[in-house]
Amino acid sequence: MYAVREALSAFRRAPLLTGLSSAMVGLALFVVGLFGLATYNLGLALTSIEERVEVVVYLRDDARQAEIDLLQSDLSEIGEVARVRYVSKREALERAQQDLPEFTDLFSGLEVNPLPQSLEVEFRPGARNREVVERVSESASAYPFVEDVRYGREWVDKLFTLRRVGAATTAVLGGAFFLVAALIIATALRIAIFARRDEIHVMRLVGATNTFIRLPFLLEGAMAGLLGGLLAWLLTYLVYRGVYAFLFAVAWVPASWILTWISSGMLFGVFASALAIRRHLKEL
Amino acid sequence: MIKLTNVSKEYPKRGYVLRDVSFHMKKGEFVFLTGHSGSGKSTTMRLIHMAERPTSGEVRVAGYSSELVSEGEVWKIRRRVGCVFQDFRLLPGRTASENVAFVLEVTGLSRKEIGPRVQRLLGLVGLSAKSGALCNELSGGEQQRVAVARALANDPFVLLADEPTGNLDERATRGIVDLFWEINATGMAVLMATHDLELIRRHPHARVLELDNGRLVYDSQAR
Repeated sequence: MYAVREALSAFRRAPLLTGLSSAMVGLALFVVGLFGLATYNLGLALTSIEERVEVVVYLRDDARQAEIDLLQSDLSEIGEVARVRYVSKREALERAQQDLPEFTDLFSGLEVNPLPQSLEVEFRPGARNREVVERVSESASAYPFVEDVRYGREWVDKLFTLRRVGAATTAVLGGAFFLVAALIIATALRIAIFARRDEIHVMRLVGATNTFIRLPFLLEGAMAGLLGGLLAWLLTYLVYRGVYAFLFAVAWVPASWILTWISSGMLFGVFASALAIRRHLKEL
Repeated sequence: MIKLTNVSKEYPKRGYVLRDVSFHMKKGEFVFLTGHSGSGKSTTMRLIHMAERPTSGEVRVAGYSSELVSEGEVWKIRRRVGCVFQDFRLLPGRTASENVAFVLEVTGLSRKEIGPRVQRLLGLVGLSAKSGALCNELSGGEQQRVAVARALANDPFVLLADEPTGNLDERATRGIVDLFWEINATGMAVLMATHDLELIRRHPHARVLELDNGRLVYDSQAR
C-alpha cells in the first residue's frame, strides 16, 4: 500500500518528467506497433498467396506422351502434392481466349497454337510453402523435356524480403527509442530518489528491507511503462483506422499482440527502473 | 548482547579512527561513551548499527556477527536497535505522529495497529498533546523526544544515542537524559555517546567508556 501511494505521488511530484518517460516508452512501442501492424498484414498476404500457390510445369512441344505420363506419375507420388493435372495446348488456348477476351481477334487469327502444353501441380493444405514449392520445381526442372517451371517466385520472394526488412527496421528504430526511454526513466528516478533521500535514510535507519525501499520506484517505472504501452496502442489504432478509411483495407492485430505490447511496456519500465535504482541508491 | 572484540576501523583518507577496541555491553545497562571530538564515538555507534563494517575485529549485536551478516540481512539488526542522533533526522514536512508512524509502516504494521501504538509512544515521551504538530514547528527538545519515540517504535533491546543533547539547552538536555533513564528502567539498554563530562558526572550509576584517539582508554566497570 505504501509502495503504491509513493509511486503515485511521483506523478504528482514531477508530472512533466514522468509524462515524458511514458511518452518515450509510448513512442518506442508505437514504432514497434506500426511495423508490427505492417508485418502482420504482410504475413496475412503471404499466407493468402501461399494458399493459392501452384506450380506450372511447361513442356516442350516435342515431349512424347509416355514421357509426360511418367512425369505426371512421378510428381503425383510426392507426398505434399495433392493433384497433377495435364493441360493440352488446345486447352491452354481455350483458357487464354476465355481469360483475355480483348485478344479474341488475335487468338482466332493464329495458324499455329503458340501456347505450350503443361502440368499444373496443386499442393495439399499445409504444404503450400516456399520450401516444398522450390523442391517440386527443382525435381520437375530436371526432366529434359521440361521447358520451364513457374510459381510466381519473384512475388513470393519480394514479400518475404519486405517482411524481413520490416522486422529489421522495427528492431533498429524500436531499440533506439527504447534506449532514449530508458535514459529518461533513469533521470526521472534519480530525481525521485533525490527528492526522497531523507525518507530513504530514515527507512534504512529503522530497518526497512531493500525490497521495501525499491518497490515504490519499481512501481513508478511499471506505471510509466504501462501508460506508454497504452499510448502506443492508441496511436497505432488511430493509424490503423486512418489507413483503413483513406488508403486500403488492412487487418487489425490480434488481442494477444496488444497485451504483449502493453505488458512489454510495463516490463521495460520495471527493468529500466531496477537498473537506475541499483545505481542511484548506492550514491546515497 | 553488544560485544566488540579487537575492533579497528580505518578510512582511506583519515587513517585509523578506531584501534583494537573491545568491550561487552550487557542487557539493561546504561553506558556513556565519551571522548573528545574525533575520538571514534560516532564510528563505534555506526559499527554497532552495522552502517559500516570494521576493518578488523568483530562486532556482535543480538547474536549477529559483523563477519557473517550480509548487507541483505542488516535490516534485521536495525529493527532491534533504536537510534537517536544529534540532528534528530526527522522528516520535516510530517507531523510528530507521522514520523513515528512511518517507522511502523516501514516494518509492515497495519494501519489499525499503527494509530494506538503511535499514541502510546508519544505519550511515553510526553508529547501526546503535540502529535499533530509539524516537526519543524517543534522545539529542539521536543524534536528529540519525537526521535526517541521513533527509535522505540520497533521495541528495540538497546537505544543508541549519538550526541543526542548536542543541540539542546540545559533544561532540554536534562529532560532527554531523564527520559533515557526512564526507558532504561523498563529493561532496555542505553548507549549514549557524549562529550559532556558534566552530564556524565551527574549520573554516577552509569557505566562510562572513554575513547581517546580511537583507543578505549577507560572503562568504569573495569575498576
